[in-house]
Amino acid sequence: MSAVTSSAPKPLLSPAVMATLKVLGVFGAIALAIVLLDLPDLLVQTLWEGLVAGVLYALIALGFVLIFKASGVFNFAQGIMVVFSALTLVGSYEIMTQRMGLPPGTVVAILAVIVAVATMFVLAWLVERIVLRPLVNQNDIIMLMATVGLTYFLIGFGEYVFGGNPKVMITSQLGLPVGSTQFNILGGRVNIQHLDVAAAVIASVMIAGLAFFFQYTRIGRALRAVADSHKAALSVGISLNQIWVIVWFTAGVVALVTGIMWGARSDVSFALEIIALKALSVLILGGFTSVPGAIVGGLIIGIGEKMGEGYWGPLFGGGIETWLAYVIALGFLLFRPQGLFGEKIIERI
Amino acid sequence: MSATAAAVTQPAIDAVLSVNNIEVIYDHVILVLKGVSLTVPRGGIVAILGANGAGKTTTLKAISNLLKAERGEVTKGSIEFEGTRVDTLSPNDLVRRGCIQVMEGRHCFAHLTIEENLMTGAFTRRDGNAAIKRDLEKIYDIFPRLRQRRTSVAGYTSGGEQQMCAVGRAMMSKPKMILLDEPSMGLAPQIVEEIFEIVMRLNRDEGVSFLVAEQNTNMALKYATYGYIMETGRIVMDGEAKSLRENEDVKEFYLGVSEGAKKSFRDVKSYKRRKRWLA
Repeated sequence: MSAVTSSAPKPLLSPAVMATLKVLGVFGAIALAIVLLDLPDLLVQTLWEGLVAGVLYALIALGFVLIFKASGVFNFAQGIMVVFSALTLVGSYEIMTQRMGLPPGTVVAILAVIVAVATMFVLAWLVERIVLRPLVNQNDIIMLMATVGLTYFLIGFGEYVFGGNPKVMITSQLGLPVGSTQFNILGGRVNIQHLDVAAAVIASVMIAGLAFFFQYTRIGRALRAVADSHKAALSVGISLNQIWVIVWFTAGVVALVTGIMWGARSDVSFALEIIALKALSVLILGGFTSVPGAIVGGLIIGIGEKMGEGYWGPLFGGGIETWLAYVIALGFLLFRPQGLFGEKIIERI
Repeated sequence: MSATAAAVTQPAIDAVLSVNNIEVIYDHVILVLKGVSLTVPRGGIVAILGANGAGKTTTLKAISNLLKAERGEVTKGSIEFEGTRVDTLSPNDLVRRGCIQVMEGRHCFAHLTIEENLMTGAFTRRDGNAAIKRDLEKIYDIFPRLRQRRTSVAGYTSGGEQQMCAVGRAMMSKPKMILLDEPSMGLAPQIVEEIFEIVMRLNRDEGVSFLVAEQNTNMALKYATYGYIMETGRIVMDGEAKSLRENEDVKEFYLGVSEGAKKSFRDVKSYKRRKRWLA
């Protein structure tokens, strides 16, 4: 038993328990299929909502992955960057229209977007200067603590400048569609928010754009090189400081887009940071270093959550949506700790 | 100092790199280099020889300034590249000025393809895509093997191919000088020969100066024009490659060939004690 099987990881549960679980799983799947196909329109509706939520989770997770890959820093502040950027957008719009007397409308909204993007750039630059550069070569845990500090700084700074009240996202001023359309499908009715369609489209375009940027541009190639080996990247003359600014800025822009979409669905306040914590479960699912993992993980969590809420919610008395993501993540930690797409380690022996 | 080293004084010719009496300390406490001086003439191939831990790699990293990323620091002395002091420049600036290091153990970007690896070498260049494309083709002409493997992920290529990739990547930055650290590491003798042939060709055809750190003394002295021998953080001997090759002490200690009968243990010890060159 010892010598032969010691190379394979020891199963967490005994074979008998695993077999029982498998049988239960098969029965569960059949029962689930019957329930799901009973109300096909509800299924489509739930899937769609899950998809939209999932795309947004994927965007947040993408911000984490970008920074983790390029600088090895687990950026606890990513979720707050989502809120902070959205707050900057709405806040600067309010300031421009109310205090500076500019006419409300699309022009000022676009100005506000420019202000928000510029703020994210300044933030990236400051983080590189004040946090990353002095702490380079320090322990991971020290870097993590630094980003925890950054989180609370951003909360405080955001509330100081823009006030602590929840704000309404300037959805229509930005030209985003509002309202909804009803479809008759599969003998039922499906309600689709136009904003959700826009969110899914914009997120997809953004992900495709990032993928192109990484694959085919000089800076993108340098980013991947840095992710592969910091030292080798240094040796060929890639400036790590420059790359860090770029990557934090990119993560900031991704955060802004996420913040706009998410803010439009509820409102803009620091309560939104809770979704950033959910992105953690997305990361556990997808693997911390994988961009496709972040996307697939986001979709799984998003859809899983809505399905759980819709079908099992009543059994638990509702509210399942807030914790189901973590349960899914826990399951992954037990059975596949490196995530779905965890780093493929290439090593020659 | 030995006779040969005294005979060949520091050449007062056009030097592309000169290192003057540098001292390197790691982590603020560990003294690794204790006053190293060396010169690389323009268009020369200079070898630094020595055993493990002699300070060869540290010397190269001090020049390319990769030390800082490992908490090392040049505390004394100066480093001049083409007449200007470079000891405080970042590696990025140095590459831009034309001095690039190929690190020990290749360090190709394992998840990037060979072609992408080569292209990262051109990161600091500002002379346009057409020039970079042209140079890429030139690299492929020099290393036909890389052309065959251009779409392969570098992590899955052989050690020799990775070494070629690392040298080619450095060449993509249009360097005036390459600091080549232990190119023979873990490679078959035949491949080592091939790599050194290419080094010589790049030196001859492209005018690139080389500073090569090597343990393979035999091979390095065959291709180098000048050599320095290091021991525990100091240079203990230097001279023209030819004279080093013929030097009895070098033969005995580094090439592993000695003339005459086998010495007894006691003789060897006293002999070594006598000949701890500058120690």
